[in-house]
Amino acid sequence: MLKIKNLHASIDDKEILKGINLEINPGEVHAIMGPNGSGKSTLSSVIAGKDEFEVTEGEILFEDKDLSELDPEERAHIGIFLSFQYPTEIPGVSVTNFMRTSINAHRKAQGLEDMPGNEMLKLIREKSEMLEIDRKFLSRSLNEGFSGGEKKRNEIFQMAMLNPKLSILDETDSGLDIDALKIVADGVNKLRNENNAVLVITHYQRLLNYIVPDVVHVLIDGRIVKTGGKELAFELEEKGYDWVKPEKAV
Amino acid sequence: MELKDKLVSSFLAFEEDFGNDNDVHEIRSQAIKDFETMGFPSRKQEDWKYTSLNSVLKHDYSVFPKKEEAIEYKDIKKYLIHDIDTYDLVFIDGIFSSHLSQTTHDKIDVCLMSSALNNPKYKPVIDNYFNKITPKTGLNSLNTAFAKEGAYIHIHKNKMADKPIQIINFSTGNESALLVQPRNLVVVDENSHVQIIERHQSLTDHPVLTNSVTEIFADKRAIVDYYKVQNDKSSASLIDNTFVEQRSESHVSVHTFSFGGKLTRNNLNFYQRGEHIDSTMKGITLIEGKQHVDHNTLVHHIEPNCESHQDYKGIFADQSVGVFNGKVVVEKEAQKTNAYQSNNNILIDDKATINSKPQLEIFADDVKCSHGCTIGQLDEDALFYLRSRGIPKKEARGLLMYAFANNVLESVKIPEIKKRINKLIALKLGVELGFNL
Repeated sequence: MLKIKNLHASIDDKEILKGINLEINPGEVHAIMGPNGSGKSTLSSVIAGKDEFEVTEGEILFEDKDLSELDPEERAHIGIFLSFQYPTEIPGVSVTNFMRTSINAHRKAQGLEDMPGNEMLKLIREKSEMLEIDRKFLSRSLNEGFSGGEKKRNEIFQMAMLNPKLSILDETDSGLDIDALKIVADGVNKLRNENNAVLVITHYQRLLNYIVPDVVHVLIDGRIVKTGGKELAFELEEKGYDWVKPEKAV
Repeated sequence: MELKDKLVSSFLAFEEDFGNDNDVHEIRSQAIKDFETMGFPSRKQEDWKYTSLNSVLKHDYSVFPKKEEAIEYKDIKKYLIHDIDTYDLVFIDGIFSSHLSQTTHDKIDVCLMSSALNNPKYKPVIDNYFNKITPKTGLNSLNTAFAKEGAYIHIHKNKMADKPIQIINFSTGNESALLVQPRNLVVVDENSHVQIIERHQSLTDHPVLTNSVTEIFADKRAIVDYYKVQNDKSSASLIDNTFVEQRSESHVSVHTFSFGGKLTRNNLNFYQRGEHIDSTMKGITLIEGKQHVDHNTLVHHIEPNCESHQDYKGIFADQSVGVFNGKVVVEKEAQKTNAYQSNNNILIDDKATINSKPQLEIFADDVKCSHGCTIGQLDEDALFYLRSRGIPKKEARGLLMYAFANNVLESVKIPEIKKRINKLIALKLGVELGFNL
């Protein structure tokens, strides 16, 4: 589904990603772990198409399609979803209206008519109940004054609404207490099937107890230095990132 | 002939035509002298530093429109708020159109300035209120000298106007270039309430200059909500002079929506004569091309325990120019004043300009005065966030601009106006927002 080949990316001429290779197949959950500043969030932004970053080498293929020519909205339309580490506050646009605009933009890109109002309401009700989101919350301005946990829950709510093929969860566990973490992880797990994939980006192993990865990658200084099974996450939790660093030289 | 000379020399004929035996004859005669002395404002004056009238004054305006142009209701329906019941005062090329209007004298007076000026029944009100708070400037004096037609609205004590009043000025292009000078008087007695919508609209592309003066008096505990819809053609210019005097515990709000026109200047002054007064001034400016919108506001806090709220938002595209000059004066006696002013602007294009100048003159020591002014571009992070949710760039920009301007509408009390303005904003931003406004 997603193939990243020798990806180099920079911001303001500073190279952040220094040759990433990654392949994710349908039905899989991958985790990318790494210390602060290793390039985890850059990788997710580059996949989603943020133009602040410049891809200097390599390529990203999604279902064999080269992403480099696609705008962020076009990447969304073909099924890529990024759950933001810091979702932007947008005063004046309610969660519901935002969601309606987003869904209908996806449908338009697929040549479909707008989703009928009652169908939309039904979908919103169903997905918000799944994530235990209060109705009142849906009429509030998008992310404005939301707590860290509410913002993250709102991201997964959007993911549930849009039903993407590839979901990138960028530090979704930060700012969540254990109850909220369970609800969010539960939501992600319910959405999983053999046709979609999840890329979890995290600093800590905690979230991976609930969203269990098939493959764990360790990202240090813009390179994937180690890849293994879910047990790798535990090892990292126990030994810290210094433990894998020597391999960098290999 | 220069426009100024033409106007001065037209005055005698105007007076003869209208009758010089009425009470305002002396006021008019003085006003034409004042205009002759002061003339039109120039950029040398501090208040006009960023707005030049030169391009507007160069036309050979006709000062006296000949006759009422026949206009059918169906042709103008879209410019009216027609989905609710209203009193309507419709003027065509400055002349009252009775068949398009709905006036009343049932407990409230909603009628014509020309008849109020000539009818002894209205003499006490005219004597008390006409031209009492209008500052002596060239433009105001010019309007006063030719004051003849406009809206006369008097809400008697303890009365609620049962429906909003619309004042609509159409110009038809019957004259190749037209100068119109509406003169409105709004007197709202104690405990009374009125909502007014004002609009200027040209129906063709002929140059039109409107120099209007509106005086509003809100007596004790009166509530006045005034909405100005400025969405005219790019051949039309408007100088709107609105002056408000308030008595104790009255609430007056003026919302100005400036979406079109060649040059628009809004002079809006509030004078607070009483305690516990609330004055609200809000505006959304959304312009493009070479349009120019200038908001010049003044709040004069004269007595203690009063509030004023100013919130102006502007979005400027292409080479459009915005000006905000907001002055707040707090007199020594006006302790416990709470004055708030905010002016936020987004420049969409490199060549768009905004000149923002807050001015606070505070002579009292126990007051709360805040002001803030921002000029910026759209938030790139917010834009990426929306696009990552599949919303195309153009629509995402529209949505962000819509959200930026939209909170000004929260204080609009007539739902149909709110809906209409929302739609206009969406239309101006060229986006379908994907939800019902």
